[in-house]
Amino acid sequence: MSKPLVLGFETSCDETGIGLVRGQTLLSDALATSMAEHERFGGVVPEIASRAHLEAMVPTVHRALSDAGVSAADVDAIAVTSGPGLTGALLVGVAAAKAYALALDVPLYGVNHLAAHVAVDELEHGRLAEPSVAMLVSGGHSSLLLVPDLAQDVQPLGQTIDDAAGEAFDKVARVLGLPFPGGPPVDRAARDGDPASIAFPRGLTGPRDAPYDFSFSGLKTAVARWVEARERSGEPVPVADVAAAFQEAVVDVLTAKAVRACRDHGVDHLVIGGGVAANSRLRALAAERCAAAGIVLRTPSPRLCTDNGAMVAALGSRLVEAGVAPSAVDLGADSSVPIYVVSR
Amino acid sequence: MLVLALDTATPTLVVGLARWTAGTDAEVLAERAVASGNRHAELLTPTIRAVLADAGVGMRDLDAVVTGLGPGPFTGLRVGVVTAAALADARGLPAVGVCSLDAIGSGARTGVTDARRKELYWASYAADGRRTAGPAVGRPADVVAAPPLVGDAAVGSERLGVPVAAVEVTTAGLLRAAGPQLADPEGAGPLEPLYLRRPDAVPPAARKPVSQPWHP
Ligand SMILES: [Zn+2]
Repeated sequence: MSKPLVLGFETSCDETGIGLVRGQTLLSDALATSMAEHERFGGVVPEIASRAHLEAMVPTVHRALSDAGVSAADVDAIAVTSGPGLTGALLVGVAAAKAYALALDVPLYGVNHLAAHVAVDELEHGRLAEPSVAMLVSGGHSSLLLVPDLAQDVQPLGQTIDDAAGEAFDKVARVLGLPFPGGPPVDRAARDGDPASIAFPRGLTGPRDAPYDFSFSGLKTAVARWVEARERSGEPVPVADVAAAFQEAVVDVLTAKAVRACRDHGVDHLVIGGGVAANSRLRALAAERCAAAGIVLRTPSPRLCTDNGAMVAALGSRLVEAGVAPSAVDLGADSSVPIYVVSR
Repeated sequence: MLVLALDTATPTLVVGLARWTAGTDAEVLAERAVASGNRHAELLTPTIRAVLADAGVGMRDLDAVVTGLGPGPFTGLRVGVVTAAALADARGLPAVGVCSLDAIGSGARTGVTDARRKELYWASYAADGRRTAGPAVGRPADVVAAPPLVGDAAVGSERLGVPVAAVEVTTAGLLRAAGPQLADPEGAGPLEPLYLRRPDAVPPAARKPVSQPWHP
């Protein structure tokens, strides 16, 4: 008998993602994004994102089904991001998923967005080694997790105490006159820069600081101050050098803390996910440091690092396989659901 | 035909099942109104299940889905609209959207509902049911309140200073408003909410320096 076909819904931010997974096999991953509509606001506007989700919902479901060559009637289970994320945006996905589950008479799983970022790696690299340490870095979150069992036991180790890593990229991009979202342009600009040219601060790396928490707010401010001082003195701003030095400060802290979390917990597998995991320098430095520490590094391809429906379907598939109970009929959205709630 | 109707434009979510035939009033077989406040997403599909059970009907027996398109608070409104769109899509049924104010009361009237921010959503109707003004959103002073007034009694009466009779969206009202589209589902309009307001969003001003002038 073939494994169950799981349809995944993701609407926690600005991407309407619908994915289809059978077992750990990716069948399709349809995406609609409202990113361009947020660009002039320098950040995601929740109401604009929610309107776009509603408009894109049915067409994106159709695309996912036709890309996979299946029909809605073939779907065996549905999974949906029920948090964390923007409430209004989450609710469009949750309501849609509940309606498809009702109409198709299949079980529904409301899942945690962060756990789904970990689960997506199974579509490319097979079953996760458990326990693994996972580091999730994006515009909305920056977390270190211990994952003894992805279906039912995910433990928080640390997270950002102020800005998410991706937010810092967005803000620094703005200071440097680069477009939004800031991750890709900063990454590109940094390739021509010298990461050692400016010594930017590494947040929360003192001996008495929380070992697995992050802070990027001070770094962001330090970059802005440095650039402003340059502008005031009438000298040109070395965009490539600033981008490279800033990016190095971020990825240095991220990778050092991730490796330390592995070492402290006796774990030899690290998974990195989230939009910032598409950053080329983060991938390179993580590979280098993991190799040196004897840790197996797993990173989904950049396409699957950012938010998408396949990651939700992948986690749903794990839940079905593990025999976890589906969600109650009164499932809603929880914008700040804690990470240890993998599904509810 | 068997029609599932729903509306989430007000704090009371309404779900009904009706038998509809062109040219006649719909026969409502089951209906539930749930004071769900801002819990439409949690309670809508359970209420649909309950209404189908009340009528002894399954999803596969449905022939069309009707939904209120608002106006109403956006987050709850979208829950109903996307639910109707998804149900209809999954079962290959026509989906018809109507102005939710059309489904409040009947005959000559002005319907008012809470638009928050001290404003009201409203629309006026002639004796034959034809909408003569609105749907619109505005301050109480902007409402052209042709009596009788119906809708959100508490909010409406307080803001307009005249009595508003408590009348909610009904299945019969939704079906009546949907009649022309149900008769010609091919020509039904898209399921787009009647937002009536732009998203609150302003482009950021020029970058503010982080180094304050008085900083040493
Ligand atoms: Zn994410």
